[in-house]
Amino acid sequence: MDVHGLRDQLEDLYARYVESLDDGPLDLWPELFSEQCLYLILPRDNYERGLPLAVMRCESRDMLKDRVTAIRETMLYEQRYLRHHVTNIRVRAAAADALEVSANFSVIEVLPDDLPRVAMVGRYLDKLVAGPHGGWLFTEKLCIYDSLLVANSIIYPV
Amino acid sequence: MNSPLPSPRRVWPEAGYSHVPYWLYTDQEIFEREMTRIFCGPSWSFVGFAAELPAPGNFKTTSIGNRSVIICRNRDGKLRGFVNRCAHRGVKFCRERLGQTNRFTCPYHQWTYDLNGDLKGVPFQGGVKGQGGMASDFDPKQHGLQQLRIAEHHGVVFASFDEHTEDFLAYLGEANRYYFERVFDGRDIRILGYTRQLIPGNWKLMFENIKDPYHASLLHVFLVTFGLFRADQESQVKMDPTGRHGLLISRRGSQQSSEHTKDIANLRTDFKLRDPRLLDPVKEFKDSATVVMQTLWPNLIIQQQSNTLAMRQIQPRSPHEFELSWTFFGYADDDEAMTLRRLRQANLMSASGLVSGDDSEIIKLAQDGLTAYPDDKALLAMGGHGTQDEDHMVTEAAIRAFYKHYRAVMEI
Repeated sequence: MDVHGLRDQLEDLYARYVESLDDGPLDLWPELFSEQCLYLILPRDNYERGLPLAVMRCESRDMLKDRVTAIRETMLYEQRYLRHHVTNIRVRAAAADALEVSANFSVIEVLPDDLPRVAMVGRYLDKLVAGPHGGWLFTEKLCIYDSLLVANSIIYPV
Repeated sequence: MNSPLPSPRRVWPEAGYSHVPYWLYTDQEIFEREMTRIFCGPSWSFVGFAAELPAPGNFKTTSIGNRSVIICRNRDGKLRGFVNRCAHRGVKFCRERLGQTNRFTCPYHQWTYDLNGDLKGVPFQGGVKGQGGMASDFDPKQHGLQQLRIAEHHGVVFASFDEHTEDFLAYLGEANRYYFERVFDGRDIRILGYTRQLIPGNWKLMFENIKDPYHASLLHVFLVTFGLFRADQESQVKMDPTGRHGLLISRRGSQQSSEHTKDIANLRTDFKLRDPRLLDPVKEFKDSATVVMQTLWPNLIIQQQSNTLAMRQIQPRSPHEFELSWTFFGYADDDEAMTLRRLRQANLMSASGLVSGDDSEIIKLAQDGLTAYPDDKALLAMGGHGTQDEDHMVTEAAIRAFYKHYRAVMEI
């Protein structure tokens, strides 16, 4: 496998992932997942203790889309800007059509009347599959956060 | 612990409970009085589940008010509780949330306590080479950890700082006992996980929110859209005789407009879930209620919304901030499908809840709005001025009842 080519592909994928969340449109976010998928945001202590509870749980691309609709249409929240920062992208296992990748994330949040703050830090544990049109899709994404105290609420995906 | 306190500087603006002065949410002196009178007074605070501490030596740390406490199971299998503050110099010595130990040792000077909180070891108590050591009048028996009383009912554990707090079941009262035992019927509990939020608002705003059915059918577009909670559904608001505990009980309806939903500006009847597994509730309790939100003085919300069950523990940190600590649970005899259903429905109610997210956001906006106006006041006149039970949702009676008890305890 061309490791450098793969790294370029992953850098591009994670950059597009972050862009969909930070700059939108948010509709692009579910498109980066396979139709059947698992997306979880969960605190690190649940993960380490084997407790299944996640604060956001989506089990299909359609469930991700429902979350996007709710964020747009039904939820009440203070408007905010977000900047996700993804570093330390590391391929942990690779086959021709499947990857396991981990990365660190941090989320800087800006509320209208406050200074920027670090809203969340943690690690992604991701599984990817080859997409039908080339490239990679997330089929499992665990967003495991170290910052156990959530700064008020988590509105947008991580 | 109900020691006499000086009268507060602040005076409630009038008789009754239909107005709440905004200084109640911002004043440091009021906050300190609340910690003493309410959280360390004659009350039972939720501290956890027996299932979290199955074996001798298991312990957990949590908070009652702003005070860190330890709950542990001693060698005899009994639950004990004490403050997480070394009797020597005040160190918060235990830093794990859940753990297993034979003893507690303060890292500062290695004072050691057993699982009952009794002081068992003081290094160099007798001095070194005949020099120094503890004063001759030092009696280790007088320097154990400050004890809490513990009450356990059907696997749920409560603690009290006050030796005069009434028996737990008497404290709970008849109506609240029925609903408590509706969820905690004696079956073994399975812990599904935890989440914690730091919410920038006064802790009482959280209770007001859950005791307020009026907002639920207006703010929560998601709930209303899917018929989970609507103003035209059969509902009750019940209080205990003191007003301190409350119940908000309702039944699921359908996703359609009615003459009662025309006042809801943002009702969406065209929103359909692409993946309906998110909302696939099944009946599991003996009565027809599909949502029961039970608020127990002074720190607990017991949430049963469809099949998502959680304890929300309120831990004030300052007048302007509280931690909301969630413990999600099911039952040990749940099958895999039921556990999955509970985990999916947790999307509604969590730190990222499609419904509860509205509440933590609105609490911040409330605190942001009222802080600059300590001498103004909130209005609670929906449903009149009374504090009696109601069989509809268009009322703020449960909040008024809460303040009836609050004013009595606080003597303000």
